[in-house]
Amino acid sequence: MYGYSGKIIHIDLKTQKTWIEEKPEEWYKLWIGGVSMATRLCWENITPGCDPYSPENPVCIANGIFTGTPVPVGGKFGMADKSPMTGFIGDSLSGSWFSIALKRAGWDGIVIHNQSDSWVQVFIDDDHVEFLDATYLLGKGTYETEEAIREKLGDDQIRSCTIGPCGENGVRFANVTNDGRQAGRTGHGSVWASKKLKALSVRGTKGVRVYDPQTLMQLSYDISKVAQGEHTAKYRIYGTATGMKNSSAMGVLPTRNFQEGVFEDIDLISGEYLDEHHKVKVISCAQCPIACEQMSIVKTGPFAGAMTGVEYEALQANSCNLGISDIRASIQLLEIADHDGMDSMTMGVTISYAMECYERGVLKKEDFACKSYPEGLEMRFGNAEAAIALAKMIRDREGIGDLLSNGTRIASRVIDAERGTESWKWAMNTKGLECPGYDARSLKTFAIGLAVGTRGGCHNRSAAYDPDMKGETNRFTLDETRGEVAARSEEYAAVYDTLPLCKFIRRCFTGKADRAGAWPTIAKLINATTGWNFGYDDVDLIGVRAHTIKKAFNIREGWKAEDDDLPWRWKHEPFTKGPAAGVVVTDEELAYGKQLYYKAKGWTEDGMIPKELLIKLGMPDVAEEIGV
Amino acid sequence: MVASTTKYDYIYCDPIKCVGCQLCEYVCSFTKTGEYNSYRSRIRTVRVDEVLMTSIACRTCENAPCVVVCPRDALTQDPEKGIIRVDSTKCDGCAWCVEACDFGAISINPATKLAEICDLCENEEDGPQCVKWCPKEALSLTNPDRISQKSRRELVKESLEFPTKAKDPR
Repeated sequence: MYGYSGKIIHIDLKTQKTWIEEKPEEWYKLWIGGVSMATRLCWENITPGCDPYSPENPVCIANGIFTGTPVPVGGKFGMADKSPMTGFIGDSLSGSWFSIALKRAGWDGIVIHNQSDSWVQVFIDDDHVEFLDATYLLGKGTYETEEAIREKLGDDQIRSCTIGPCGENGVRFANVTNDGRQAGRTGHGSVWASKKLKALSVRGTKGVRVYDPQTLMQLSYDISKVAQGEHTAKYRIYGTATGMKNSSAMGVLPTRNFQEGVFEDIDLISGEYLDEHHKVKVISCAQCPIACEQMSIVKTGPFAGAMTGVEYEALQANSCNLGISDIRASIQLLEIADHDGMDSMTMGVTISYAMECYERGVLKKEDFACKSYPEGLEMRFGNAEAAIALAKMIRDREGIGDLLSNGTRIASRVIDAERGTESWKWAMNTKGLECPGYDARSLKTFAIGLAVGTRGGCHNRSAAYDPDMKGETNRFTLDETRGEVAARSEEYAAVYDTLPLCKFIRRCFTGKADRAGAWPTIAKLINATTGWNFGYDDVDLIGVRAHTIKKAFNIREGWKAEDDDLPWRWKHEPFTKGPAAGVVVTDEELAYGKQLYYKAKGWTEDGMIPKELLIKLGMPDVAEEIGV
Repeated sequence: MVASTTKYDYIYCDPIKCVGCQLCEYVCSFTKTGEYNSYRSRIRTVRVDEVLMTSIACRTCENAPCVVVCPRDALTQDPEKGIIRVDSTKCDGCAWCVEACDFGAISINPATKLAEICDLCENEEDGPQCVKWCPKEALSLTNPDRISQKSRRELVKESLEFPTKAKDPR
């Protein structure tokens, strides 16, 4: 087999035994890699209905098909487990040298079973697996941990996935980091912590071979040169944060916990402002010729010295969403999240939830008492000092940070039960995962996408904000075409998440990002790598299958149609200002949108998947278990 | 005797432009071995901090210390191009050349256990493949004289303003 080794390594942390599973080529043709293969490995290895923190919830890692080759932006992997945030599939992607090392070591994927008795570091050294005492890494931040590993094991080419103090402390939305990139959402870090797995390191010294290197080199060369042009300019020059101004102008920029969609100080938190005042350098992920990550530093004021990469999603959650217009405070907040290892989006939305609780009198100053602030904190919107203190309390699970470290869904349930309040109405999550930075009240196709999303509030899995924001649809209303738009946009995104390729390359194949513009070249890349004979339809099916296995996983974990819902606020509270003022997604609209979507997917009215559809997609075993 | 000066061309990486993607390593190892493997690349990307990164290959030093120290005379320097050539019949992988190189630009092939050094892709029609591929044009085949010339030109371009239009001749 070219492009794959055909081998998955299983690692049992309790018994410290490992075993190799060989998969046939036909299996790879169905699941490819990334989130699709990782989810499929979860499907095969998890005990249905298990507690996410139990030994029965394995962590599954799947390499990319192009990982370790010069195919631009193909150096990524997928990670999946049952999410402690949602109780459904938790699937993340990360750009990564770790995955390249893994491929060179000869593994297409890893399944980590069971739980260790004490903190452990697993070291995959080509064919050999070692279980090391991880005590020397405890308490270290993500970057420090990777450096300490390279120092101890004595090889710069050893690449590691690690958890930081947030993971060690059991913050539910802790993440897994490698080389400054994260498998960021759905709480993988806390699943690792439940297994007492601090770090997973790989040294791969073998070469990667492909079927038709000449074709692959030529295609890759051409794409990487096009990727220096207009199609990626916005990512390369300002990074994703350049979208801040547009979102505010359209009235969809989460402001003060999604109470409004326009931020008055937008010019102080824009990508352009960041570029002018804070940018140090632009860096790339592994194997990426675009390079979009804007490394930004604070030079003045109380947070001087704070530095991290700043992206749109992380920035909006920790600036306008908190009513903070001092971008230096946002950089400090993001540094805490990135270096100590938690999902910066969920962190921001959880802090904004707490701020709204304070402003509405649900939480009092003294509720935020901690060692540094024994009197408590005035958790008003815009209070940067308080937000930073609360981020540290969440990291350390100190005081009320212990409760808030569970995210908004669990925190609001506990607070409301204790105090007889209704703070769940402003707990901005879907399925337990905090919402992204595009307010869906006036993006109605995207609202469907977020409601039905298999991993909750996520902009990466449903790309339906794109047609809404570009004016390809009327974003303020729903019509009978939108189920189709939402369904196809999700499957489109799933192709990229499965190969995986970063979506920022999508216009660089032919100048057009649609299926007709991208799939033929992607098929050529797949064929040159593997020697297969994939065509347009085969590429399209990659996304359909990836999405279907995720949904099937959720159904097996007890998903019901009522789980496809939106936060109360989006259904009942319109904005007072801006171009999206007065708009909500009514319950009727949501129900209508869901029906359109289920129909477009070929599912039942209850959102279940028919047996024959699953069999047609090549998943008879899935049909057997959950098909109707 | 100062070792690390050179009149020869070598692969230079501008650390300001380098984004740390490591494509140069894949392209180099592919060109030399037919497979993608950073351990077999003759150019190496270094990231020592989140924002400190560059790539390093042979600097074609004059009086190259690697050539001087080789106890088996396996290394020779091309008098015209400055390329360090390794005679695989003489090299026994002792790694004295690796120790002598201030730039860490020599590696020992894990399979053959022999020294490997950048040869500027002298057998490739279109020159060094890493330079050809570098997406950010951070890599170039150059020498200290040309680097300083370029720096001076860029300084002048950036610092001195010229009238954008000639005065109307009428």
